[in-house]
Amino acid sequence: MTPPDQRLDASGDRLASQIPETSARDIALVHRPVFLNLMRIQLPVGALTSIGHRISGVVLIASVPIAVYLLGLSLGDEAGFLQVKALFTRFAVKAAALVMIWALAQHVLGGVRHLLTDFDIGSPLRVARRSAWFVNLAAVAVALFAAGALW
Amino acid sequence: MRTRFTGLKAWWVQRVSAVYMLLFVLFLLYSFALQPLRAFSQWHAWMARPVTSVAFLVFFTALLGHMWVGMRDVLLDYARPAALRQVLLFASAFGLLGLGVWLLWILLRLQG
Repeated sequence: MTPPDQRLDASGDRLASQIPETSARDIALVHRPVFLNLMRIQLPVGALTSIGHRISGVVLIASVPIAVYLLGLSLGDEAGFLQVKALFTRFAVKAAALVMIWALAQHVLGGVRHLLTDFDIGSPLRVARRSAWFVNLAAVAVALFAAGALW
Repeated sequence: MRTRFTGLKAWWVQRVSAVYMLLFVLFLLYSFALQPLRAFSQWHAWMARPVTSVAFLVFFTALLGHMWVGMRDVLLDYARPAALRQVLLFASAFGLLGLGVWLLWILLRLQG
């Protein structure tokens, strides 16, 4: 016969009345809260593409007001146009443009990957991992190409 | 606050705007690669063409809608506490409206 303290209820758990009272010593043994060492967590490549889509989206949102300002300036008059042109000879502006181009490439390529997923294309893990690698590497390649054009 | 562009509607706004913007960016790259606009008069004349202006108007509309869905998603996921989240959502909506007015003004000034 099963000892009474090992009987299970319908859900498979031990009956609440049979769980011994928790002591302060037990709580100390559980070690909560649990602190995770973020440096030791390795994200799978798809997770990098996923968070990359968010980060690049936020970068793009931040750059929109600046882009609108430059668009208005360049279309206002000749002086404004030349001012915008001159801006893009400066290193800091080129570097900012490069970050924006990387973000655009990462966001667009990741977005196309999402759209394909909507049509059930590329969902199996092997294919999804390969396309995630492609998106991350191609975005960097586009940025390198842009860097070559900018400098 | 009754947030519009949520749920399935937001899903559609995000996808339709994404496809238009993708095609538009490809068109821009192709167009500038074919014919770079190096002088103000060329640039201004090209932008003022009705076809270009309307294409840009649709692009800006798509962009603002896409930005709203994205900002909303990010704020709902990370902004805490709820009161701050509401403030940020309101601020985003007002910011996007402001951008819309600004862009409309830029486009209308081209025709004047």
